[in-house]
Amino acid sequence: MSMTTVIFYILSAILLFAAIRVVTAKNPVHAVLYLVLAFFTSSGHWLLLQSEFLAITLVLVYVGAVMVLFLFVVMMLDINVEKLREGFWRNFPVAATVGLIMAFEMVLILTNPHTGLADYKAGAALAADASNVKVLGRQLYTTYLLPFELAAVVLLVAMVAAIGLTQRSRKDTKVVDAADQVKVRSQDRVRIVKMQAEKNVEAADTAESGEQQA
Amino acid sequence: MLTLTHFLVLAAILFAISVLGIFLNRKNLIVLLMAIELMLLAVNFNFIAFSHYLSDTAGQIFVFFILTVAAAESAIGLAILVVLFRNMRTINVEDLGSLKG
Repeated sequence: MSMTTVIFYILSAILLFAAIRVVTAKNPVHAVLYLVLAFFTSSGHWLLLQSEFLAITLVLVYVGAVMVLFLFVVMMLDINVEKLREGFWRNFPVAATVGLIMAFEMVLILTNPHTGLADYKAGAALAADASNVKVLGRQLYTTYLLPFELAAVVLLVAMVAAIGLTQRSRKDTKVVDAADQVKVRSQDRVRIVKMQAEKNVEAADTAESGEQQA
Repeated sequence: MLTLTHFLVLAAILFAISVLGIFLNRKNLIVLLMAIELMLLAVNFNFIAFSHYLSDTAGQIFVFFILTVAAAESAIGLAILVVLFRNMRTINVEDLGSLKG
């Protein structure tokens, strides 16, 4: 066995262990930490496959941003874990059966020699100064320019949506809404009441009834 | 010698584990989101493995876009989760029946 094969098997064992712990961990914080381990390990796998840029991106963006966001949310929420785990072991037989059958089927297909997967040989080893980033960047800014821009728009929309969803104004702030100020008309603020400048004391009753009719 | 089958089988098992996780943690919204992240990781594995063994960088570009969309998805998902928890004091999927679906 070559060195890369040994590394592959070690990383795979860690990855599968971490994935199983993610879905079975009692404490959500532990689950997130095992997910971080899973992502970190798979970035090692991606390095074996010579996609350095994505391996680094996975660690920086996924572990560094998305997983930390998960960790924040999990720690911020005060969850009763026991209640959420009701039915965990009741579901286990069905879930294990479905999972095992799925894995078995896929492995059966993938290891079948008729698929011809064994014909794909790894490309020739790249030169020591070959830049994965340069190749990806060139493609991204020429062939895939429009999808790249759209991805940026998706991120912007996601940011606006996330802020819009979670933002709430405090009740005790004295900030005035500018839109409300501009919208105001004089009729909303001032009511002009027509009335006699002076009235007799005897005529008070009739004046009251007249006001009611009006 | 590492072959394409090694990586594809690993990704398949990873995918099956995350399906298992969705079955097991039916009530916990956070773990459901994490299982979805694991699924996307398994899919990315396939893309990168094929990209390497076909010597075609298009697969890596796709993974780049999948990462982008997955990050947006988890950000919005977690925002919804926070709002949900603020309003209902729970993230139990069973209690989320206000739409009567």
